[in-house]
Amino acid sequence: MINFDNVSKRYPGGHDGLTNVSFRIEPAEMVFLTGHSGAGKSTLLKLIGLLERATRGQVVVGGRNLTQLPNRKIPYHRREVGMIFQDYRLLHDRTVFDNIALPLVVSGMGHKEVGRRVRAALDKVGLLSKEKASPITLSGGEQQRVGIARAVVSKPPLVLADEPTGNLDPALSEEIMTLFESFNQVGVTLLIATHDIELISRMNKRILTLDQGQLSHDGLKQVW
Amino acid sequence: MLKIWVLRHLQVSLASLGRLVRLPLSTLMTSAVIGIALSLPTGMHVALGHLQAISGGWDGAATISLFLKQDVQAKAAKQLVQKLATKPNIATVEFISREAALEEFRQLSGFGEALDALNSNPLPALLVIKPTSEQSDPISTQQLIKELEQLSEADLVQLDMQWVRRFHALTEIAQRGVFVLASLLGLAVLLIIGNTIRLEIQNRHAEIEISKLIGATNAFIRRPFLYTGFWYGLFGGIIACLMVNLSILTLDDSVGQLASLYHSSFSLSLIDTTTVFALLTGSSLLGLIGSWISVGRHLSAIEPS
Repeated sequence: MINFDNVSKRYPGGHDGLTNVSFRIEPAEMVFLTGHSGAGKSTLLKLIGLLERATRGQVVVGGRNLTQLPNRKIPYHRREVGMIFQDYRLLHDRTVFDNIALPLVVSGMGHKEVGRRVRAALDKVGLLSKEKASPITLSGGEQQRVGIARAVVSKPPLVLADEPTGNLDPALSEEIMTLFESFNQVGVTLLIATHDIELISRMNKRILTLDQGQLSHDGLKQVW
Repeated sequence: MLKIWVLRHLQVSLASLGRLVRLPLSTLMTSAVIGIALSLPTGMHVALGHLQAISGGWDGAATISLFLKQDVQAKAAKQLVQKLATKPNIATVEFISREAALEEFRQLSGFGEALDALNSNPLPALLVIKPTSEQSDPISTQQLIKELEQLSEADLVQLDMQWVRRFHALTEIAQRGVFVLASLLGLAVLLIIGNTIRLEIQNRHAEIEISKLIGATNAFIRRPFLYTGFWYGLFGGIIACLMVNLSILTLDDSVGQLASLYHSSFSLSLIDTTTVFALLTGSSLLGLIGSWISVGRHLSAIEPS
């Protein structure tokens, strides 16, 4: 699903985001990405979502070589990658329903199908009763669940999450992780960046650890 | 697929319209600025149209003076008058004999005593010929003049049309002026709409960023802004239309009074449908182009991070 081959990212000004990172994530895997702040977690996710382009090396996602993907094809790539953010990134002038419907509307789906899919996604994250609410009236945990529903509504094969529980208390974080596991069980590949070590140590999943832009560890146990 | 596409466009256009309607004051202000800018050239165009309508009547009033040779006798002249009056391209022929011409000259010029000193009447007899209104355009008139010059009795044929020509030349210049003004103000409208759309893009920065994140194409993101520009243009055009018509209604009474002093039944008419159509199409197009330029310049600057 994801293949990094000697990938480096150097930002203008000389700062190195990633240096010679190589790894491979198979379809339907659930992988955590961890490391200190500034270790390159976000940079790595941005390369997969094509928010940034690698300076060197090859990034292949879902069989697409992102190094060669022209700019005009980026939107179509992003439709195949669900993205979840620490700050949720919801539109506050729209209802929960409209927020979740956005990826479907963007890809030109018909009205009826949109309604059906959005309600299915809302049901999955347990917010069916809030479809007409405005995101600001929801709690942090609920807002993140809206964000998750938006990321999975178009059924992308790959979902990226950047510190999805960063603003949530442990109980809510647990809930969110359970939700991620349920997606993983139906075959969605997940890559979750987090520094919540306690949480991931309980999950018993593969962990990629970044240290100053380099992959320092790849395995089941967390080693700093 | 096409149905969905059309439906989407309809939805986006209505959504942009709804967005504008929800902020009535700012929408009205922007549209009013556009409307004022457009009403100026429109008003001048309408005024010119009226002037040309009036001067169209003057073309028919152009008369040809046919001076007879000195040796043509009064009787022969009368026969010529009858002959010419039957021609299909001539409406009326008026005969002014040498004596009548002398009398008129005596009265109007004040050289009466000087004329008395002359032995003979120096003035030629004159036919004042008015072409029919269908034949009063410059080409037919020229044709008629050539015909008349062929007559053996004719000494000199003159067209009293110089001032009409001058008037036409003036209106021609005015027309160009309106065109120049319309171009300049059209440019102003482009800038107004471009700037309004730029602010709109800034206000919706988050929305654009998120849309790009979830895979919206540039065309998708551009669309609502293009429709917004289109609506601004259309509203501006409608406001311009209303303002010009309002001005016409305000002026109509006094123009009617002035016209009645000249024994004319002339009155102003509202903007004709062709002009309304052209104005609304033009203004919507300006809105579309203005937003297109703005969107093209500012949208690419927003990339998600």
